[in-house]
Amino acid sequence: MAKILAVDDSASMRQMVAFTLKGAGHTVTDAADGKQALDIAKTQSFDLVLTDVNMPVMDGLTLTRELRALPAYRFTPILVLTTEAGTDKKQEGRAAGATGWLVKPFNPDQLLTTVRKVLG
Amino acid sequence: MTEVQQVNESADVIEEMDDGAEQYLTFVLGDEEYGVEILRVQEIKGWDKVTAIPNTPHYLCGVLNLRGTIVPVVNLRARFDMEEKEYTPTTVVIVLKVEGVTQRTVGIVVDGVSDAHNVSPEEIRPSPDFGTHVNTEYIRGLVPVDDKMMMILNVDRLLSVEAIG
Amino acid sequence: MSIDISQFHDVFFEESFEGLDAMESGLLNLDIGAADVEAINTIFRAAHSIKGGAGTFGFMAVSEFTHVMETLLDEMRNGERDVTPDLTNLLLEAVDVLREMLTAVQQKTETDDERIADVRQKLESMLDAGSESVAGGDASVADVTTNKTEEKEATPKGWKIDFRPHQHLLQTGNDPVRMFRELESLGELSTTVDESKLPPFSDLEPEDSYLTWQLIIKGDIPKDDVVEIFEWVDDDCDLVIEPLMEAAEEEIVADQAQPEPVVEVPSEPVKEQTSSDSAAKPAAAAPAAASIRVGTDKVDSLINLVGELVITQSMLSQIGDNFTEEMLPQLIDGLAQLERNTREMQEGIMRIRMLPISFAFNRFPRLVHDMSDKMGKKVNLKLSGEQTELDKTVMEKIGDPLVHLVRNSLDHGLEMPDVRAAAGKNETGTIHLNAYHQGGNIVIEIKDDGAGLNEDKIYKKAVERGLINGSEILSPEKIHELIFLPGFSTADVVSDISGRGVGMDVVRKNINSLGGSVEVASKQGEGSSFIIRLPLTLAIMDGQTIRVADENYIVPLISIIESLEVKASDIKQVSGRGELYPLRDEYVPIIRLYDVFGVEPDTTDVEEGLLVVVEGEGQKIGLFVDDLLGQQQVVIKSLETNYRKVLGISGATILGDGTVALILDVPGLMTLYRDPSAAIPPQINDERAA
Repeated sequence: MAKILAVDDSASMRQMVAFTLKGAGHTVTDAADGKQALDIAKTQSFDLVLTDVNMPVMDGLTLTRELRALPAYRFTPILVLTTEAGTDKKQEGRAAGATGWLVKPFNPDQLLTTVRKVLG
Repeated sequence: MTEVQQVNESADVIEEMDDGAEQYLTFVLGDEEYGVEILRVQEIKGWDKVTAIPNTPHYLCGVLNLRGTIVPVVNLRARFDMEEKEYTPTTVVIVLKVEGVTQRTVGIVVDGVSDAHNVSPEEIRPSPDFGTHVNTEYIRGLVPVDDKMMMILNVDRLLSVEAIG
Repeated sequence: MSIDISQFHDVFFEESFEGLDAMESGLLNLDIGAADVEAINTIFRAAHSIKGGAGTFGFMAVSEFTHVMETLLDEMRNGERDVTPDLTNLLLEAVDVLREMLTAVQQKTETDDERIADVRQKLESMLDAGSESVAGGDASVADVTTNKTEEKEATPKGWKIDFRPHQHLLQTGNDPVRMFRELESLGELSTTVDESKLPPFSDLEPEDSYLTWQLIIKGDIPKDDVVEIFEWVDDDCDLVIEPLMEAAEEEIVADQAQPEPVVEVPSEPVKEQTSSDSAAKPAAAAPAAASIRVGTDKVDSLINLVGELVITQSMLSQIGDNFTEEMLPQLIDGLAQLERNTREMQEGIMRIRMLPISFAFNRFPRLVHDMSDKMGKKVNLKLSGEQTELDKTVMEKIGDPLVHLVRNSLDHGLEMPDVRAAAGKNETGTIHLNAYHQGGNIVIEIKDDGAGLNEDKIYKKAVERGLINGSEILSPEKIHELIFLPGFSTADVVSDISGRGVGMDVVRKNINSLGGSVEVASKQGEGSSFIIRLPLTLAIMDGQTIRVADENYIVPLISIIESLEVKASDIKQVSGRGELYPLRDEYVPIIRLYDVFGVEPDTTDVEEGLLVVVEGEGQKIGLFVDDLLGQQQVVIKSLETNYRKVLGISGATILGDGTVALILDVPGLMTLYRDPSAAIPPQINDERAA
């Protein structure tokens, strides 16, 4: 199954996401902010990155831009977890290079459906 | 630390008996024989020095270290006002589970462990009125074993916090 | 697959309460008029996380309430709204309400709906009154329930899709093949690829897309499902989705007019969440298991230590496999290494329980802010040493005593601004909370530059209360000590601030029960400071082993003042008070340990044994013992697990040889000394009498 990097500053969201994905057989590494995630991403490779937008230190959009700038992550699916349903926020995510998004609140089933969509 | 016998392995056997019989561990104090339900027995260890606790009754010998927890130990001879006896190599501490407000672990010092017996409920006779060393409050009943009477102890009463304070 | 998300509730509550604390301290520190954007951002982020988490875990009321706060904060951080005292006060109130809501959800209790509605109303009217940008505020919470509207239309036999990716599509991480596979799962799919744009091989950029597709999917498929598959790429391609020819004409028109849905969260799962939440309630209603959040660095360092331990272990077992006498030095080295590993492990594990004292300090900015407002005093609260760590259990228990002492400083210590000015002081008083490590202890100081303790008043009050008879001449320090006596602070006027029926004696008792001590230093006109000393942890302490007869006891090192040899001629016999030993300017009562414990000592001659002077509850006593042995760290075990509380004994520990040693409790020994009959607990007394 896939190797997934899950990034969220909220521990409960991180645990929920990790638990759900592990339950589906994926390997999950988590990080509490964009900077941490970027450091981890530079030393390992992932099949999918899930990131929150609003985080301290480095936000999810900056993380997405930084990842896309790395050769190893040019085509890696990056999903943005956002609470903003507005189109402009999605537009921002897309502009930063995100593959797609998942709007919070979501439940484990919705998360798995979305992940399946990008992992095929 | 001294050698430790694990007795509860034999507890599996009990499950297979169909007539509701329970297994009792018997031990001796002087020439009297006593029994406790074997499922209450956590382990049996050889006598070792314990640490005395100040301002407690004379029959509370002290506390010992049972794998990191502090367990009080009661000298049953002293508890039953029997004549004191030197500790010998057969002197053992039987560590028992006691039910009360909380479950506690308490050790008793006895002269020696003798046997394990199957006893079915109908074999148990009511406590006698005649004098033994033991207050009948602490005896659940009598069972004839060979040509002797085994006294089944009410562990929860005998070793309650109030009774061993 | 169904996952019980209630298992994450505890973590959610924990982080939300932390978030609320962060919001509160952030709000208190905001500079009115010229707020720092990053500071507002931090507050915003906390609200945002709570909103998101609450929504995910099905606490919709919390999520909706937070949403209003978030909108206000969003305007603040975008500079659309000025930071005013009214605004921060309202937000602080909202933080309180939110904390109550979360507590109510966590403990399954009722909420004060009126107050919630009231504060929400205030927030909303602030929102309306404030900036012009209000209309732009998003409505994600509401959206959840309002999408998926026009779904009733008749579905055609299938869809014809013209899909022309832009060149860079692959670089968004989207892959047409994956999308096609997903389409296939909806119905029967046929594809026609147009390769006409494909450049000659030499010009081909492998990272670009050149192909376009005509896709036909047949089946009874809602258009939304098809649109959803292309949702993430609709800006990165030209896409036309048309019903298959067989479909009715007007459908096409309707479809083109219909705006694309922007939210893909259907409403059912939300309901599902709420119901699964209520179903999970009984399980979660049990008292929340205490948990601790540990920094990964601490866990990593433990893992390293375990690694080292494994290496040591394998080295030792190698030595053991074919041991010869020549290998003795290696064995000794190995054991030394094992000892080091074990000690480091122990320290590492203790560190897991350690939290910075800022957890306890955090509440004070708000407390001082609110109280000083109410009292009309001007206060500058200074915090330092917030990163000093101590055990979580100690932290939880020190909170109330600290609050009491801070309230006390505010109420009784600091003067009103005019009084201060008249005394030539700055109108604004200072309360300084400081923490630092000293030896194996943490020291917490609460210091104010107020009026200081009024010695005359204290003396008079102590006489009135019958605590002293009025004929003694006491040093200022002795007078200060009086405030800790039981019965001293039953204040005639119970002030709203510090008088809650709790006196300094209770503060001292609570601190003592943690194995700590509290002292006061004060100078009239200049201020006072309370100094609390606490062990870093309750699980381990530094002990001094003493011997009486063949029993070894442990005395907590923190309570020992000194040990000395004494001359029999120095000891004063006082009828009714026993033996006293003159130690500098005071007389210390002597407790002969063998006496109170009823054991047979080596000697009863004071010149042959030792006097260990200890302090408990502010009083010194001399323990007469046979000998002093070594000092060591001991792990504290409870006697009460399997036995009961024993007066004069606080617990037990296991020594290196596996035997048990009892730990002495100094205040208990004093009680025992004064009243030997107190040794037997009442219910046991009854039993014996029976």
